[in-house]
Amino acid sequence: MSAPLVVTRRMTEHPADSHTMERYEATGGYVQARRALDMTRDELVELVKSSGLLGRGGAAFSAGLKWSFLAPARPAYLVVNGDESEPGTFKDRQLLERDPHQMLEGIIITAIANEVHHAFVYIRGEYAKPARRVQTAVDEAYERGYLGTGIFGTDYNLELTVHLGGGAYICGEETALINSLEGRRGEPRLKPPYFPAAKGLYMMPTIVNNVETVSDIPRILEMGADEFSHLAHEADTGTFMMSLSGHVKKPGNFELAHGITWRELIFEVGGGITEDRALKAWIPGGASAPWFVPEHHLDLEITKEATAAAGSMLGSGAVIVMDETTCMVRAAERVVRFFSHESCGQCTPCREGTTWLEMILRRIEDGQGRSVDLDLAIGVSDGISIDLAWPPKMTTICPLGPSAVSPIKALKDYFRDEVDAHVANGGCPF
Amino acid sequence: MSVLSDPVNIKIDGQEFEANAGELLIKAAEDNGTYIPRFCWHNRMKPVGMCRMCLVEVDTGRGPMLVTACTNEVVDGMAVDTGNETVKKAQEAVLEFLLANHPLDCPVCDKGGECPLQDQAMSYGPGESRFVEIKRSYEKPIPISDLVLLDRERCILCARCTRFSEEISGDPLIEFMDRGNTTEINTFPDLPFSSYFSGNTVQICPVGALTAKAYRFRARPWDLRMVESSSNFDTAHPRLAIHVSENEILRLVGVDSEPVNHGWLSDKDRFGFEYVRSENRLTTPLVRRGDTFEPVEWSEALDMVANRLGLILDESGGQAIAVIGGAQGTNEDAYALSKFARTVLGTNNIDSRIDDGLSARFLAATVDRGLISDLDTADTILVWGPDLKETHPTLYLRVRRAAQELGVKLVVVHPRTTGLDDRATKTVRYRPGGGSQLLKEMVGGDHPDLADLLGGNVVAIVGKATLADDDQLPESVAAVVRDLATSARIIPLATKANTYGALDMGVSPDLLPGRVGYRAEAMESTWGGLPEGEGKDSAGILKGLAEETIRSILLVGADPVGDSVAGGVAESLELAEYVVSIDAFMNDSNRLADVIFPATVFSEKEGTTTNLEGRVQKVNAITPPPGLSRPDWVILDDLSSRMGTAMGLSSAEGVAKEIAEVAPAYRDITWDYLEWEARDGVVVPLVGESPLGHVPVRLEGSSAPGAELTLHVARVMYDDGVRLRNCPSLHPLAPGAVVHINPDDARRLGAQEGYEVDVVTSKGEGRFRARMDVGTPAGVVFVPQNQPGAARLGSDAVVRVKVVT
Repeated sequence: MSAPLVVTRRMTEHPADSHTMERYEATGGYVQARRALDMTRDELVELVKSSGLLGRGGAAFSAGLKWSFLAPARPAYLVVNGDESEPGTFKDRQLLERDPHQMLEGIIITAIANEVHHAFVYIRGEYAKPARRVQTAVDEAYERGYLGTGIFGTDYNLELTVHLGGGAYICGEETALINSLEGRRGEPRLKPPYFPAAKGLYMMPTIVNNVETVSDIPRILEMGADEFSHLAHEADTGTFMMSLSGHVKKPGNFELAHGITWRELIFEVGGGITEDRALKAWIPGGASAPWFVPEHHLDLEITKEATAAAGSMLGSGAVIVMDETTCMVRAAERVVRFFSHESCGQCTPCREGTTWLEMILRRIEDGQGRSVDLDLAIGVSDGISIDLAWPPKMTTICPLGPSAVSPIKALKDYFRDEVDAHVANGGCPF
Repeated sequence: MSVLSDPVNIKIDGQEFEANAGELLIKAAEDNGTYIPRFCWHNRMKPVGMCRMCLVEVDTGRGPMLVTACTNEVVDGMAVDTGNETVKKAQEAVLEFLLANHPLDCPVCDKGGECPLQDQAMSYGPGESRFVEIKRSYEKPIPISDLVLLDRERCILCARCTRFSEEISGDPLIEFMDRGNTTEINTFPDLPFSSYFSGNTVQICPVGALTAKAYRFRARPWDLRMVESSSNFDTAHPRLAIHVSENEILRLVGVDSEPVNHGWLSDKDRFGFEYVRSENRLTTPLVRRGDTFEPVEWSEALDMVANRLGLILDESGGQAIAVIGGAQGTNEDAYALSKFARTVLGTNNIDSRIDDGLSARFLAATVDRGLISDLDTADTILVWGPDLKETHPTLYLRVRRAAQELGVKLVVVHPRTTGLDDRATKTVRYRPGGGSQLLKEMVGGDHPDLADLLGGNVVAIVGKATLADDDQLPESVAAVVRDLATSARIIPLATKANTYGALDMGVSPDLLPGRVGYRAEAMESTWGGLPEGEGKDSAGILKGLAEETIRSILLVGADPVGDSVAGGVAESLELAEYVVSIDAFMNDSNRLADVIFPATVFSEKEGTTTNLEGRVQKVNAITPPPGLSRPDWVILDDLSSRMGTAMGLSSAEGVAKEIAEVAPAYRDITWDYLEWEARDGVVVPLVGESPLGHVPVRLEGSSAPGAELTLHVARVMYDDGVRLRNCPSLHPLAPGAVVHINPDDARRLGAQEGYEVDVVTSKGEGRFRARMDVGTPAGVVFVPQNQPGAARLGSDAVVRVKVVT
């Protein structure tokens, strides 16, 4: 269960100064970037492909494959997504703040692998301290010639720009992020035709990788693809970070190997439920993910496949635990309100549907609920995500709308009686 | 946009079709008879997939996926389901969502009865709403321009208006604001949506959110009668439909003509119909009695004019009579005028143009004249002439599209910033009067980058950019482009409504109908003799009046006093012994007439017109003429009978048939043909027994004056023309007596925004309000031409500016 640490090793072993250039270089830093300069694009892509590294932003798509899809037009760009805004997720924050050079080295290697000469790090606007640490690290890297013209004394040029977001959740979606980076409204683009690998930033081929994903890259070069791929459960590879929050005794970020069960995560890693109360439900992969309940899901293994088979996802690795004192209507309303607030407003079902769902839940919670309201909410959800299927058959441009439906699905599948109690009681019974 | 390529096979609802690879599914389906509902998608704009109404299930071999038909291109083997349970669920959901916050005020909404939201809610909606919450509310309506109002409650946020502004007209001053459920369309604070094209947003709005002030609450669509026609402002003659209720025009709606206007209209072409029903229309013949006019019977007025003109003819011959006008009406009117001048008056003193400089043969018969659609496929477009956004809105939109969407390079040469500069590959400025100098430098190799850009397949749009340009400059530019380019097309520009039609009909001293020289033998026999000697153009005619060698003048829809750039025209007219006017309005010129015949306009007459590319289109009548007014050709025919040389014109269609017989280029162009076979019109070819086949030649010109300040006078969209003067919604939009000054010059002169200044040239002077304008280069001052309350400054480029306050 205690996985060999990959991305959090330095910050665990050297908590006082893991973010400094001195510590980074004293612990093997920037060696792999120099190595990568002697490797070809094909070698690097193949290495990452065979390491089995999956994107850590939420979609869990093979990072190596993504690189191999990059269209041939140049210039190509690399955008590192540090807009970490999925409620309950705070892993990238730690990586940015505590080991920025590790990410920078990952960026350098990723850039070399993808023939990129200008990379961007997009950090959410609220992350003031992580952004400061990253900027300091970038400045140091420029000073030492690790970034800029002719990096590490070679003829390879790499510029890096740190950009702070304006505080919109949707800008964590890669195409909305690109729009935001270009100075446009933070709205997702249409796929097709705007797949970033073909038409991304400034309509040029673009790799968008999560902070954790690029932070994994130097270690993969260091330990080799094979070792990295065998760090974990046979179905998955490497390690992954989980942000555990809610009603657990030991919340926090944990770097784990895939394959442990939810029971182990919540009761051993997390130390159990606060004040030993009963577990009622948890959100397994950030606010967008359909909810899990102990009766059905506690002994499932935490892997991409097992979670998908059970109708949810590991997403950004945020686990939010709710105990028996939690009002499910109120919890659902809070999550739906978040999505309704963060909807970009571009497409009809999300703009109108999420707000409507919020109004219905608010009414039920406030004691104005009608017996038909849960079914109405399910009906409205049906219009955003047809039949509430998994994976969603969405009527929207991006997955934000269907994300707002996850709590409704939980109410429908597991907590209908709680909704009825609200209606019968004329308000919240909790 | 994808380039269409090989045909692919797709299956829609079980039926196999062939479609073009790269075509959007929604279009391919529609072309094959399957209508997929939509709000945001518009054939002439890029897809955005926002409304989600066109969701269909598509299987490309990886299982059925719910996708928007407006954003997905067809691929071979694609199977599409447009109406299964999943699709229906999605359609009903989208409509329920759209209607959730819609006010449903259809009974008082202009769009009611022609509303895509209404129609599609009936066809694809769930029937009833489950929405019991309180709807969004906004202050309404709010003005977004001088002519258009916005109701944000009705808006379904489809981005058609914002895309139009950004992609088509290039005035991106209307945008989405806020986000999520509070997303709204609005203009930028402190920046009104000032666009010459705002009316198009009303036409493409799929709900009643954008409404035109002129049409609001005035009619229901089912009460309207309509007919197709062309605009008579823009010389491109954009196609439009005239919508009429109770014999009054209520609105004009753009018609999508592929070769001309793609459905778009400028606000002048769209809202400039108020003059038709103006109180100021002339409704009866008027005869001067001392200082006033007295209404008389038609027969009395016609007899008077016939007798008097006959007398002058007997005494002095045709050389003593002249005709100015004929560009405002139809080709049939122009033909009658041309024939009247030659066969009845026996004169070649006839001109349809006043002060626009270019030679008639260059305008009407350039051998390599370009089409509007040639702009789409050029390597480079050269615009060396007026600011198209101000004077030729249809061309402006087409050039903009070519440069912005089709990858065509654009070169703009003009004395100041133009509406196309933001899309130009290269812009070149020159001081007014220095155009010929610049061209000389270009030929001399001083501008190699320009010469490079003009090396390929070039369309050159040429005209006078500024009054101070040499008259021959546009033709010289065309000649140079022909030398540089591997393939050159020339679009020479005139500004007035049916100028090209009038020239084609011979309303010009050196042309006869069908673009033949005035010595053509064929015409001589057809018309039974032609007048001897060269005719005079407008300038020559006015000079003749001043010198009293011309005794009488006939003005047909012409106002030389108002249209002339210099003063002194009224004095010349006063010297004329006998002035006759055929016009719809009293204007600055026919105030001095002896007899005025009331004429019909625009929607009151049927006929044909010819646009700037030589395209003949049919225009149609739908409103009755006011009072006793008559078409020009009827008046002229009546006069001819009374003067003993009957032209024998019996109907407008009869005139059209005579044109088709007489004018070689117009052979076979009959009304029936235009009505039934050639809906987009016919481009008249350069053929005939003696085609002019004019080849532009390069002529030397003068160089820029060495003055400290040079004057740039040019037309803008709204001016003091008599038709606009009688359009109450548009006339106030004219900038008035203003002078644009570069802030650096202004600082030197001590002027600030809004200051009164005196502008003085050798030809005139007047008081103007100063406007600070970085678009006008230092050393140049810009004065919009023919503005209400503005003095005429003439074409002299040397100017002085003195601050008054």
